[in-house]
Amino acid sequence: MEGTIAQLQVIPLNYYIIFCAALFAIGVVGVLVKRNALVIFMSVELMLNSANLLLTAFSAYRNDPAGQIFVFFIMVVAAAEVAIGLALLVVVYRSTKTIDINVLNRLKW
Amino acid sequence: MITEYLFYFLSFVSLFGAVKVLLSKKPVHSVLYLTLTFFTMAGHYILLNAQFLAVVHIIVYAGAIMVLFLFTVMLLNLNIEGEFPKSAWMKIIATVTGCLLFLTLIGSLKTFELEMINNPNLSQIGLVKNLGKTLYKDYLLPFELSSLLFLSAMVGAVMLGKNEKQ
Repeated sequence: MEGTIAQLQVIPLNYYIIFCAALFAIGVVGVLVKRNALVIFMSVELMLNSANLLLTAFSAYRNDPAGQIFVFFIMVVAAAEVAIGLALLVVVYRSTKTIDINVLNRLKW
Repeated sequence: MITEYLFYFLSFVSLFGAVKVLLSKKPVHSVLYLTLTFFTMAGHYILLNAQFLAVVHIIVYAGAIMVLFLFTVMLLNLNIEGEFPKSAWMKIIATVTGCLLFLTLIGSLKTFELEMINNPNLSQIGLVKNLGKTLYKDYLLPFELSSLLFLSAMVGAVMLGKNEKQ
């Protein structure tokens, strides 16, 4: 009886999946819509965050600490990615005086 | 009951922040709304009993990554609005694509059953003790490799940021 009551108060895992899917979709729209490279980086961060939250939710609901360790590693990679990405952005800005990604089409053909 | 309301509130605020990141014209406003989203994500982690991840999330994202973004925006003086017009046609196509992706992800939920083994309100795996045991026992090699990754990222960032003309 106590178990069922505790089970009823818990937020269903589906809610987390729907929420993370919405956040991920917003990130994808941001990458597709925006031309400002900085905002594209932010959208990538949003997508990484939604994946992180979903990993944490699954690890909490399945009682498996490995998921939270993966989130830890994703944070490490995200921090490194932002450092390198913003350094690249600074270099691009120095050479082209803009961060519009449509200017960066020299490798297109 | 309060957990549920908190979940709805945090989800609403973080989705609002995420949408505002895309809608705001100035990059500084985008960064600030992204910070709001990150703080609500930390609240979500606490709701899931992942306290260690919540603290690390605030330190890494709000403390390091957001400061890096703000420094870039302000040092390069990028806070100019309306500089990057994109055709309305492209925007509509991108939004429809995003909505379709969302529908696909939601639709795939119907085909499988999710079983909950554990009540997250009672789980203890989010504490530093348990996570540390797993990290240093089963994932020691990836942990050391991530330190290498950090070192190379640091060297790369310094190399890229260096002005070679002087």
